Amino acid sequence: MRRRIGIDVGGTNTDAVLLEEDAVVASVKTPTTADVTGGITRALAGLLERAPAARQAQAVMIGTTHFTNAVVQRRDLDRIAAVRIGLPSGASLPPFVDWPEDLAAMVRGEVVMLEGGHEFDGRPLVPFDAAGMREAARRFRRAGIRSVAVAAVFSPLNAAGEEDAAAILREEIPDVAVTLSHRLGRIGLLERENAALLNACLVRLAMKTTRAFTTALRASGIEAPLYLTQNDGTVMLAEVAETYPVYSFASGPTNSMRGAAFLSKRDEALVIDVGGTTTDIGSLRHGFPREANNVVEIGGVRTLFRMPDLLSLGLGGGTRVATDPSLAIGPSSVGFRLTEEARVFGGDVLTITDVAVAAGLIDLGDKKRVAALPPALVEAVLARVRAMIEEGVDRMKTEAGDVPLIAVGGGSFLVPPRLAGVSEVLSVPHQSVANAVGAAIAQVSGEVDQIFQDLSRDEAIARAQRAAEDKAVAAGADRATINVVEMEDLPLSYLPGNSLRTRVRVVGEIAR
Amino acid sequence: MRPVTLDEIESLAIGAWILGTGGGGSPYLALLNMRQLYKEGVTCRLMEASELNDDDLVAVVSNMGAPLVGQERLTDPKTMALAVTMMEEYLGRKFQAVMSLEIGGGNSIQPFMAAAMLDLPVIDGDCMGRAFPEAQMTSFAIHDLRMYPLTLADVRDNAVVVARAASWKWMERISRKACVEVGSIASTCKAPRTGKEIKDCAILGSTTKAIGIGRAVQAARRAHRDPIDAVLEVAGGIRLFAGKIRDIARRTTEGFLRGTAEIEGLDDFRGTGFRLAFQNEFAVGWLDGVPRVMTPDLICVLDTVSGDAIGTETLRYGQRVTVIALPAPPILLTPKGIDHVGPRAFGYDLDFQSVFA
Repeated sequence: MRRRIGIDVGGTNTDAVLLEEDAVVASVKTPTTADVTGGITRALAGLLERAPAARQAQAVMIGTTHFTNAVVQRRDLDRIAAVRIGLPSGASLPPFVDWPEDLAAMVRGEVVMLEGGHEFDGRPLVPFDAAGMREAARRFRRAGIRSVAVAAVFSPLNAAGEEDAAAILREEIPDVAVTLSHRLGRIGLLERENAALLNACLVRLAMKTTRAFTTALRASGIEAPLYLTQNDGTVMLAEVAETYPVYSFASGPTNSMRGAAFLSKRDEALVIDVGGTTTDIGSLRHGFPREANNVVEIGGVRTLFRMPDLLSLGLGGGTRVATDPSLAIGPSSVGFRLTEEARVFGGDVLTITDVAVAAGLIDLGDKKRVAALPPALVEAVLARVRAMIEEGVDRMKTEAGDVPLIAVGGGSFLVPPRLAGVSEVLSVPHQSVANAVGAAIAQVSGEVDQIFQDLSRDEAIARAQRAAEDKAVAAGADRATINVVEMEDLPLSYLPGNSLRTRVRVVGEIAR
Repeated sequence: MRPVTLDEIESLAIGAWILGTGGGGSPYLALLNMRQLYKEGVTCRLMEASELNDDDLVAVVSNMGAPLVGQERLTDPKTMALAVTMMEEYLGRKFQAVMSLEIGGGNSIQPFMAAAMLDLPVIDGDCMGRAFPEAQMTSFAIHDLRMYPLTLADVRDNAVVVARAASWKWMERISRKACVEVGSIASTCKAPRTGKEIKDCAILGSTTKAIGIGRAVQAARRAHRDPIDAVLEVAGGIRLFAGKIRDIARRTTEGFLRGTAEIEGLDDFRGTGFRLAFQNEFAVGWLDGVPRVMTPDLICVLDTVSGDAIGTETLRYGQRVTVIALPAPPILLTPKGIDHVGPRAFGYDLDFQSVFA
């Protein structure tokens, strides 16, 4: 029997679920701990108590926001070296050029720009300055730097420069961690380099964290391999993922959307995840979140990460309701203090949860404490909530007709059963642990984004697809189960020879 | 002549991207260069064309090539300045000022990069009032000014002078060939212009106009007002459509990015559809199959929430966008102007009809 454990380490709760084939057989919700692993150990203990078979799981998938938080909160980051290969091009815009000064000052150890890089068609721009690289590597070692980010001009098309630099760095600095930009990003040197720099700052923390995860897992008597979930709803083996922490930046919302798809058995739908403070609305396409288009900023750093396209509303179970001078909902929330401050829990703050209890949408705390709320107020608040959700749903829809809406998250009782523009509101079992379910069902992906010349469109796409499949297999996918989930081609103006930028993304099940 | 603050260049980047009408490339990297230069103590100066003497010489500059290559081979003020000094050496004369070829997109900031390196003032103006895909689509071409010489500088030690060209089309072909050979990105200094030619034939005040549009967007964002309303107000524009992108088709023909975008109406436009055709820049828009707006009226597609411009290369399925029209400079609306940049110049058999008429 196929058994998988999914764990979601959120800011407030750590959730764990056991899946047997396609059924959720046990779930646990425990508070997240400051050391992260304590919460995981406790969640696993709870899971094993309810379902001893969890010990026989073949895979454990963890989703965590730990690394994003490290960047946003400016903690546990390494001082690194940045190597840019591409002189004489780009000299005026060195690495870190568009970073927030506080973050740059914290992590910027050494910065080196060297001759090398390629043209859009793969020709060398100028020869790679290997001697300069060796000299710089020696300087890095003397400066005590152990993590280096390397970015070369057009490296997604020709990675030779970055690979050559990595070989020299490894020769000169025995325990170095090297992040190569072409493994992380697409065309767009600064954004790709930023991703590599962020990754290099996090790589030691990621190694420490994933190893602690593994230790917690083994201490619980579970021998299965550990995977970490990524922004795009797929996973990487922990020993691979620990070298690419930036890939897990948005895994939280992605997992909840994927979990919603799985629990509802719908691949094309909108998902609404109502938490304590915010509500996220996203769109599922082929069972995966639709990605945001644009540049994504992480802790003030501009990147091109694959992130789900989400609309966040200041609405959740802990959202404050003000009645004076007029009715106002949020955006502030009592957050994790809900169970102390909300009226039904003995506090004196009127929250959305109190109104929901008064309306009979959910049974929580002491109902009598909200019995005196005027029915007209309750009705007005719920009408306002409905309007907020309907407007949010409308913004995220990409087709004119009514679409199904899957409601998940601890506050999903707030989603009315019927909404304008929605064909049906799907309420699913285990909806409050949809995140952990999403982690448990994650797949493995491969992606290629490359410019092809003098090929027919079909030929270019076929070539990109083969390369993407090879990448997925290298990341642990079973080749027989691979599917194309995204395909995009963009002819390039001004470039000769019918240049076509082709992006293909494939996913597959984890090979057993 | 007056000093230009970095804040104004930040506003210029936002306004110029809107005036790019989908083309011209994002001004972000050029803006980053200006931030660096100002950090080093540079201050650029903006000059009215009226301050020029008739026999002064003005360098008209632009970064030429594929915007995508520009995302890897980052623009550098030194290369831009090199194209200008090459032209000075070729002519044996010094320039008194620099000016932008096109105010739409990244080329709005290129003259500031050259000016910072060469300590020259920047003329408040350009020769398109927006962005256009081809060399003959300028006010100078409409006025039949000479199109040569042209200098082209690569970041390596490669440089080209196009000493003569038989026509604007020939200039486009020869310089494009050289540009492709050095990697589809190069800094160019176009045919030098006299002070009199600038005063008579350039589109004046467009730099100030772009700064004003950018400022209006920033102020609206700070005040949590609709930035698109602010653009329409400050630039005298019309809101044509708002909706979600339903389909995008792009193809490269004759070295240009051509294609169409279908937008499905939202809010006030629910139940209707809008179709946009583009050749690097947006050329024609149809509302429910009927031509609604066409070049040279400026057709701009903006992010409905942020008011940021969206380029024809970054249009994507599902984006929520607003289509607006801004008035074109009068020179483009003359019969000769319409010959150069009207719908037929882009292959659409339509009689030009302005939405502002």
